[in-house]
Amino acid sequence: MSGSGLPWSWNIVTDIRLMWSFAFIQNAYEAGTIIAIVAGIVGYFVVLRRSAFATHALGHVGFSGAAGAVVFGVNPVYGLLLFTMGGGTGMALLGRRAATRDIEIGTVLAFMLGLGLLFLSLYHGFATEAYAILFGEILGISPAQVAFTFEASLVVLAVLVVIYRPLLFSSLDEDVAEARGLPMLALGLAFMLMLAIAISIAVQVIGVLLIFALMVTPAAVAVRLTRRPLTAVIVSVLVAVVCTWLGIFVAVFQGQFPVSFFIVTFAFGIYVIVRGALALGQAVTNVRRRGGARYLGRTLFSGLIRRG
Amino acid sequence: MASLDRVDRSADPSIIRADHLEVAYKDKVVWHDATFEVRRGEFVALIGPNGAGKTTLFRLLLGLRRPTRGSLTVFGSTPRRGNRRIGYVPQRHTVDNDTHVAAEVLVRLGASGYRWGPQFTFRHEKAAAREALEAVNATELGGTSLGSLSGGELQRIFLAEALVGNPEMLLLDEPLSNLDIRRARELVEVVHSLVRHRRVTTLLVAHDINPLIECLDKVIYIANGHVATGTPEEVLTSSSLTELYGVPVEVLHDSRGNIVIVGGEDPHEPERP
Repeated sequence: MSGSGLPWSWNIVTDIRLMWSFAFIQNAYEAGTIIAIVAGIVGYFVVLRRSAFATHALGHVGFSGAAGAVVFGVNPVYGLLLFTMGGGTGMALLGRRAATRDIEIGTVLAFMLGLGLLFLSLYHGFATEAYAILFGEILGISPAQVAFTFEASLVVLAVLVVIYRPLLFSSLDEDVAEARGLPMLALGLAFMLMLAIAISIAVQVIGVLLIFALMVTPAAVAVRLTRRPLTAVIVSVLVAVVCTWLGIFVAVFQGQFPVSFFIVTFAFGIYVIVRGALALGQAVTNVRRRGGARYLGRTLFSGLIRRG
Repeated sequence: MASLDRVDRSADPSIIRADHLEVAYKDKVVWHDATFEVRRGEFVALIGPNGAGKTTLFRLLLGLRRPTRGSLTVFGSTPRRGNRRIGYVPQRHTVDNDTHVAAEVLVRLGASGYRWGPQFTFRHEKAAAREALEAVNATELGGTSLGSLSGGELQRIFLAEALVGNPEMLLLDEPLSNLDIRRARELVEVVHSLVRHRRVTTLLVAHDINPLIECLDKVIYIANGHVATGTPEEVLTSSSLTELYGVPVEVLHDSRGNIVIVGGEDPHEPERP
């Protein structure tokens, strides 16, 4: 998608119809939607379990896997899966507090990034491949990759339906869940493997460096808006899907900036708006509770007097 | 100072029976030769300095750890993990204050969190959660997010979470720490009424016995690798604690019946995992 984008008319229906006539854009929408749904759901547990750094790290671990696959002429997504699942298993086996072991995880991820760099330098098409893995290349996705993405996400969703409540329980209250007889190691492992698969397919859209925008930001928005887990999962999915749809839409018409940039920007924008609106709402209630405008006036006034 | 409503429970069925029990972490014996019994409907306090092995006793009762010697039965059989007749509140200081999940969700998970697969009806679970929240006077906290609850409110939610499956025994690990005296007494009242009205056998780990002393049936005092049990009057005496610690310990009483134990606590003793 280099050069100029699709011709923009102010008739949205015509625009969408035009966009839909390109198979590669259809592929991008299909894969993007599936990935956004999975990322939104898994992301809720990432936020709940405070595994944001582990997510970030798994993305980097996946980078070397993807780069290695490129060197050996294999589809990068298989390298991603292999490495993220290996890394995820390692983190799960490290034990209950692995997700918060920043130093160990950081040390490993730095090495993995270096390894990825080596793999890429061994490969001739260095720049384009590196770019695709680091920042995503959703408009280049093939129908076979879309099918694979669909199958992988079915696996994640099926596992999640089975372990949803025990996983929620163990994420919120580890000690009681353990005493209740839940298999903590198996749950931790299942979560890490779901996370690994979700990251591996999400990298196609957003790349390893921007994985946060799809895996964490939508869920971070959702937990600010609702205290009910199921509602939060739905909101998180909606945010992820809307960002992806809008990102692809704007990118194909704008034609110059990458899709990932727009997705990340929409996610960031929604996050800032929600946090800002909530902070404003809180401030308004505080002022109202303390006597409305009079309170505001008084605080401003006393501030002035103190200064003078 | 004697409890007014303490009744003779020697005819009640035995819930916990420990016989010459010993527990060790690797080679280090935590405590040994513990023989005691807890009967149905008793309110028992576990007292002792940091690292004496109070939480370890809970882990034995929950089946999370095996004794190295002696025998222990709970409800007449060897402890096993996931026993739904036991409600457990672990030792925890706080929940991260950015946990944006309603308190009621946690209480409901206490009822259904161990179930696998999709769930289609929530009526029973909701009713159970409402009832548990009512029992701990926390109905109005159900919709509040866990991260914004105060220490005392949080302890009541944890209590409701433990209570929601109608357990026959409650194990409460330091629910009173980090609470001021008034909140501590309020929580003790809630627990006490559960013990008396529902006949829930309750073991409560505490640092300070004074907020509890009027409600207790029994004290299990763990210190210096030894375990002493009996009524508060039997255990909390200068001679009994001196024997337990192996150094001179004095039990003093103030004008309101509060107890001060002098000489036993070693503030520098390291915390055991």
